[in-house]
Amino acid sequence: MMSANWKNIGPVANIPLRGARRLCLKSAGKPVAVFRTGDGEVFALIDECPHKQGPLSEGIVAGKTVTCPLHSWVIGLENGEAVAPDRGTARPLSVRIVEDDIFIHLPELVAGDTV
Amino acid sequence: MNMVADPREHLVVIGNGMAGMRTVEELLKLDNGQRFRITVFGAEPHVNYNRIMLSSVLAGDKNVDDIVINSREWYDENDITLITGDAVTRIDRGDCTVTSGGGVTVRYDRLLIATGSKPVAPPIPGLGLPGVCAFRDVADVDKMLAAAKIHKRAVVIGGGLLGLEAAWGLKQRGMSVALVHLMPTLMERQLDAAAGQMLQRDLDRRGIAFFTDGQTEEIIGTERAEGVQLADGRFVPADLVVLAIGIRPNIDLAKAAQLEVNRGIVVTDDMRTSDPAIFSVGECVEHRGNVFGLVAPIWDQARACAAQLAGDAQALFVSKALATSLKITGVDVFSAGALMAADEGDDEITLRDDSRGLYKKIVLRDGKLVGAVLYGDVADGQWYLQLMRDKEDVSALRERLVFGRAFAEARSSKPAGTDFAAMPDDTQICGCNGVCKGAIVSAIQDKKLTSLSEVRAHTKASASCGQCTGQVEGLLAFAAGVDARAAKKTMCDCTMAGHDEVRAAIVERKLKTMDGLRQAFDWKKPEGCHKCRPALNYYLLCAWPDEYRDDAQSRFVNERVHANIQKDGTYSVIPRMWGGLTTPAELHAIASVAEKFNIPTVKVTGGQRIDLLGVKKDDLPGVWNELGKAGMVSGHAYAKGLRTVKTCVGSEWCRFGTQDSTGLGVKLEKMCWGSWTPHKVKFAVSGCPRNCAEATIKDLGVVCVEAGYDLLVGGNGGIDVRVTDPLVRVATEAEVLEYAGAFMQIYREEAHYLERTAPWIARVGIDYVKKRLVEDAEGRAALHARFLHSQRFAQIDPWTERVMGAQAHEFAALPEMAAG
Ligand code: SRM
Ligand SMILES: Cc1cc2nc3c(=O)[nH]c(=O)nc-3n(C[C@H](O)[C@H](O)[C@H](O)COP(=O)(O)OP(=O)(O)OC[C@H]3O[C@@H](n4cnc5c(N)ncnc54)[C@H](O)[C@@H]3O)c2cc1C
Ligand code: SF4
Ligand code: FES
Repeated sequence: MMSANWKNIGPVANIPLRGARRLCLKSAGKPVAVFRTGDGEVFALIDECPHKQGPLSEGIVAGKTVTCPLHSWVIGLENGEAVAPDRGTARPLSVRIVEDDIFIHLPELVAGDTV
Repeated sequence: MNMVADPREHLVVIGNGMAGMRTVEELLKLDNGQRFRITVFGAEPHVNYNRIMLSSVLAGDKNVDDIVINSREWYDENDITLITGDAVTRIDRGDCTVTSGGGVTVRYDRLLIATGSKPVAPPIPGLGLPGVCAFRDVADVDKMLAAAKIHKRAVVIGGGLLGLEAAWGLKQRGMSVALVHLMPTLMERQLDAAAGQMLQRDLDRRGIAFFTDGQTEEIIGTERAEGVQLADGRFVPADLVVLAIGIRPNIDLAKAAQLEVNRGIVVTDDMRTSDPAIFSVGECVEHRGNVFGLVAPIWDQARACAAQLAGDAQALFVSKALATSLKITGVDVFSAGALMAADEGDDEITLRDDSRGLYKKIVLRDGKLVGAVLYGDVADGQWYLQLMRDKEDVSALRERLVFGRAFAEARSSKPAGTDFAAMPDDTQICGCNGVCKGAIVSAIQDKKLTSLSEVRAHTKASASCGQCTGQVEGLLAFAAGVDARAAKKTMCDCTMAGHDEVRAAIVERKLKTMDGLRQAFDWKKPEGCHKCRPALNYYLLCAWPDEYRDDAQSRFVNERVHANIQKDGTYSVIPRMWGGLTTPAELHAIASVAEKFNIPTVKVTGGQRIDLLGVKKDDLPGVWNELGKAGMVSGHAYAKGLRTVKTCVGSEWCRFGTQDSTGLGVKLEKMCWGSWTPHKVKFAVSGCPRNCAEATIKDLGVVCVEAGYDLLVGGNGGIDVRVTDPLVRVATEAEVLEYAGAFMQIYREEAHYLERTAPWIARVGIDYVKKRLVEDAEGRAALHARFLHSQRFAQIDPWTERVMGAQAHEFAALPEMAAG
């Protein structure tokens, strides 16, 4: 079994293809975005753009990137890094798919992190 | 008293006016009071004020306190001794002293004469009568205002800039005003005859009576002025006579001190008079044969003079081409340089549109611009002035020049008039992101950038509002030799294809999916990017309204969520208020929804409807549900689609209304709501040409007139305000609706994604639009029919759909599953 820090957040199909959703749980007080790419891969990032904390979960997903809705920085989904020449990182979180359910690793879940 | 002698040199200034004090300000900037202690004599009892603004004081737009430049505290803080109300009467160059009428004598090390000028007073009988004054200083304005309170009739003598501003000001103060002018047309030194006549016609309409070719013989009156007698026998009755026939440099003091004078006090390029210890600036000087009557060159003199005083022997005054404009609200006049061709070698190009009150003339000599006269639209004045100053060869722009900057530059390969080599590195190019020329040039060179999008990515210049795009392209050409304008405009970096080819292929090759399109054009990234995806989604939707299924994931968040995202991640909700009309029931519903969902801000928008701001995303369906119960639907305030249709009250209520503008606005909105367009679209309908609904800056404007409806297209507000082009006048509402549908459809089918109607029409030309809509009745009907067809699939209220459960995942956070 997985440790308590791995949370089951339901079937992959809950997230639109080439889309994202914000998670009901926070990670150390920060919102979490879960993305699903066109070819079905799932990624998770802290839902704050490294530029001015824009909600990445509202961006357009293309390939393995998301474009922030506020000022159009492009962020890589695999490592959370902004595409050059912009610089900055939205912290990535580990995810696993088990029998079509998504599990996400929330290392420092603290009180009040349930939305 | 401080008994220790001040070690500094003593600078004495005669004249507490605009030139003298500007020189002192410039000097303080340069040496901070180190070298000089300063004493200023002013004949007027006031501190230093902005003389230019006397016109506004007279017209009632400002009062004297508003136009003060430096207060007494400023003089104190800068340790300047100010002696007001006391004119200097003598300069003794032997002792290096000046003496005032009040008996004050001071020694100077450096003297600055800035005595300005005096109104010209011709030898006509009656000048000394009470009720006669000039227009030069606060005292004159006080006299005029006092007269305006108790008297009715004013005559202004002189139809130049000063006379016209005096006449307008007195008119604003309620007097009936006549203007006597010696010459056949007004402002003949700044305007050619055509522009002078247009000016006269406009002011005549505003109620000023003109007596041109009028030579004043005598001012008649016994106790006070009673009227003006003209040489040709005409008599103009008056209680107040204002003399504004010109100015003459005030050289009396200098002449008495035996400085070299001519028309003015003669100065060299370093602003020194014939006595090297004495400087002079302003309207009292004569430099290389010229005298001055505008502040622009005087500021340059002040700068040069201050630098000389501070010890910079290199600082010289250079006289530049000058421009004149008139400060009468709503009258736009500009002139600079030559008013007409001097001989056959010169070229004059004119553009005249009497019905719109527009006139433009430019004068060319040896391929260079040497003069410009503009009436009605003066937006390009500064640009022409710069071209004249740069003395650049403009032959390549010759046939476009008279149409103005936007037109001339749009077709030329580089923005004319900008000399990037000469531009200082710290000149700001991009105002939004604060990026200077130097930063852009070094990024282009260091990182070997070759395209606009690279420069945007690396420097952020032109990445926000885009207004400086032309400048950035110019810098690319300058720093890297890349002609970004000639380079093909591709849709984005994913493809080599441009918008038009893609649109054409969609229809011709019946491409109906995004993937198919991207394959057909060899897209570099299989899924595209945030720039091309929304565009392709729109193009497909427009071409195949009944077949293509909208791709929510290719829409910007606002259009996916059907609300406007705010900077804190909350949303705003704007329901439709058809044509700006609402009802008590709707207002109740808005009030109760705001209370129920704790919506922090309720605001009336610039588009005649109500905005609920700060709604949490998961509350959106609840808010829409309540609004929907009261019959309200989405206002699409977030959409590249029809936004608002602004209206005025029109013939229903307004005493000037000619047609039912409100009703027509509602009909237009009902026909067009829900449509997707390349960019947002706004309409307005005004009930008469007073145009209370601001129809002339909308994508489609209707101005009702007795004879029917004037249709106007291609306007917008925003950064680059553009006034609509007239399309056609029609007689019936049915025709308005047909034209509106056809216009929407041609815009939908032919503009590029994110191109509003204003830049689209600027690109294709209004004549093209007229050809398709006005001259081709069949084509118009077909466009209208295609529009209505596509509306069958578009007019579904997105809010109702979502209240019913569509896209539910958008509005709820991803839940955690119960363990086990
Ligand atoms: C809410 C409102 C301001 C208000 O409180 O009055 C508003 C708000 C915004 N305007 Fe506006 N505009 C509003 C009326 C206007 C008007 C006035 C009008 O419509 O008569 C104009 C000038 C007319 C015009 O469009 O030509 C106007 C010209 C702009 C522009 C410049 C457009 C241009 O083509 O130059 C932008 C920028 C853009 O669209 O790219 C803009 C963009 C915006 C955006 C969308 C900025 C953004 O991207 O976040 C604002 C967000 C709206 C929101 O709710 O979050 N807004 N905006 C007005 C909504 C009217 C409505 O009822 O729908
Ligand atoms: C109504 C009006 C509107 C104008 N509009 C414009 C405009 O739109 N644009 C533009 O560019 N220009 C305009 N001008 C012109 C502009 O105001 C002048 O060019 C400018 O003020 C000249 O500055 P100056 O210092 O040389 O003269 P002034 O500003 O006149 O200053 C000279 C000062 O010296 C004082 N003085 C004279 N002799 C003595 C003495 N012996 N001892 C002590 N003090 C003395 C005078 O009292 C006066 O205060 C306008 C002028 C007027 C009157
Ligand atoms: S535009 Fe004309 S009809 Fe409409 S409100 Fe204004 S004055 Fe009245
Ligand atoms: S906050 Fe994301 S780009 Fe500015």
